[in-house]
Amino acid sequence: MSMITLRDVSKTYGDFRVLSGCSTSVSKGEVVVVCGPSGSGKSTLIKTINGLEPIDSGNITVDGTAVSSPTTNLPLLRAKVGMVFQHFELFPHLNIRENLALAQIKVLKRPRDTALEKGAALLERVGLSAHAEKFPGQLSGGQQQRVAIARALAMDPIAMLFDEPTSALDPEMINEVLDVMVELARDGMTMMVVTHEMGFARKVANRVIFMDRGEIVEDADKNEFFGKPRSERAQQFLSKILVH
Amino acid sequence: MNYHWNWWIFFEPSLDGTNTYLTTLFWGLGWTAATAIVAFAIALVLGSIVGVARTAPIGWMQRAGTIFVEIFRNIPLLVQMFLWYFVLPEILPRDAGMWLKQLPNAQFYTAAVCLGFYHAARMAEVVRAGLLSLSRGQKMAGQALGLTLPQTYRYVLLPVAYRIVVPAITSEFLSCTKNTSVGIAIGLVELTGTARAMQENTFQVFEAFAAATVLYLALNMVIVFAMRAVEKSAVIPGLGNRVAGRGR
Ligand SMILES: Nc1ncnc2c1ncn2[C@@H]1O[C@H](COP(=O)(O)OP(=O)(O)O)[C@@H](O)[C@H]1O
Ligand SMILES: [Mg+2]
Repeated sequence: MSMITLRDVSKTYGDFRVLSGCSTSVSKGEVVVVCGPSGSGKSTLIKTINGLEPIDSGNITVDGTAVSSPTTNLPLLRAKVGMVFQHFELFPHLNIRENLALAQIKVLKRPRDTALEKGAALLERVGLSAHAEKFPGQLSGGQQQRVAIARALAMDPIAMLFDEPTSALDPEMINEVLDVMVELARDGMTMMVVTHEMGFARKVANRVIFMDRGEIVEDADKNEFFGKPRSERAQQFLSKILVH
Repeated sequence: MNYHWNWWIFFEPSLDGTNTYLTTLFWGLGWTAATAIVAFAIALVLGSIVGVARTAPIGWMQRAGTIFVEIFRNIPLLVQMFLWYFVLPEILPRDAGMWLKQLPNAQFYTAAVCLGFYHAARMAEVVRAGLLSLSRGQKMAGQALGLTLPQTYRYVLLPVAYRIVVPAITSEFLSCTKNTSVGIAIGLVELTGTARAMQENTFQVFEAFAAATVLYLALNMVIVFAMRAVEKSAVIPGLGNRVAGRGR
């Protein structure tokens, strides 16, 4: 069953084509890693899935709902799709407890107690129960990103989107975040992850998508991708990032 | 200089026969404070709406916000005061115009509304600057969680933006308070007006304006201290002086 489907998605900024004819799909429980050079349109692609970036043509469905249809209730759809950003984007004026509770209360209309309980359970899951009363600015980058993941999970999402979740982190904090993501993948979460962490891809990805200049150049099974990518561009890219 | 100092003048009865000059000065101070507070409240609410409109991803809202700001920011305050007080009742439908003219304390309402709109235009720019200083990711994060655009402004963007611009809001409040003196032009008996009346009736110009100066200073000091408390409570733990919402 396909959870996320993109069909021939294109988008331009003026004369610049950020996305051209992108098609792919993510099945329920599948983990898909998206990689590619900087500026190739990975962030844009992943943000089209929950409608944060509007598209010019093509169509996207999430759990059977057409994202760009004018009759779609976008906030409701977004509430079902978790998103984690490169720069965490926790709400700086709210403590961690409130960061986790806000959207549960305002969007899902959960009673405050239920929301706080749910938040506490998720904070436990990402190993940060001791920090519930702190503010985002008082946590390290790795801790903030784990809170951001918990905040997304608090909405009981049907799928999670990650946009370079570890690339703003100091090296020693990358693993604490990847560990949470690996665990999530093993629990069966449907995930689309923009990342250059090929170790993560090897461990849990089902498929790898390689993007270049707004196109999906390669969309292959993990083993196939790491074994021998068909496209020369993907080969070059891989040889560059795997050296490090 | 042949000036006859007389500090006792404050305790002499004023022209109204019952109140001392000191009492009239305090009444003036009261009208000044009332005008400042009402005007500032209007400026804060209206300015926030306009400031938000100018950052909203909706074309007509942005244009309407821009027009509001440019009109009320660029016409001299004194001219705006005359327009509200003398011109508005004439161009309104007959009945509405009559009602305005006969309104008790019309000078007060007019001055408060006029100052409120004038400072709303400036407050809109302050609020807009605060909103623009936040990262684009904050808005996306709010919306990605399913918050609507108004909810994202209400719970995510504005609370941080306001905290960033508290110092600018303070200075807007102070300048709003000082600008109440323009109300004298439409006959509002605020502090400057009462000092002026005292000076005209007693010729004790130095005493009258020394008192006005002291009272203006005192009023603004109260505002400064009150806003300092607001500023203190607005500090976001862990954020220090860094710009809020910038990730790390
Ligand atoms: N709002 C925008 N206006 C114009 N160009 C943009 C905008 N957002 C992104 N771009 C351009 O689109 C291209 C793809 O951006 P992005 O999706 O962020 O790439 P990636 O995440 O792969 O690095 C980049 O060249 C970027 O400069
Ligand atoms: Mg990117």
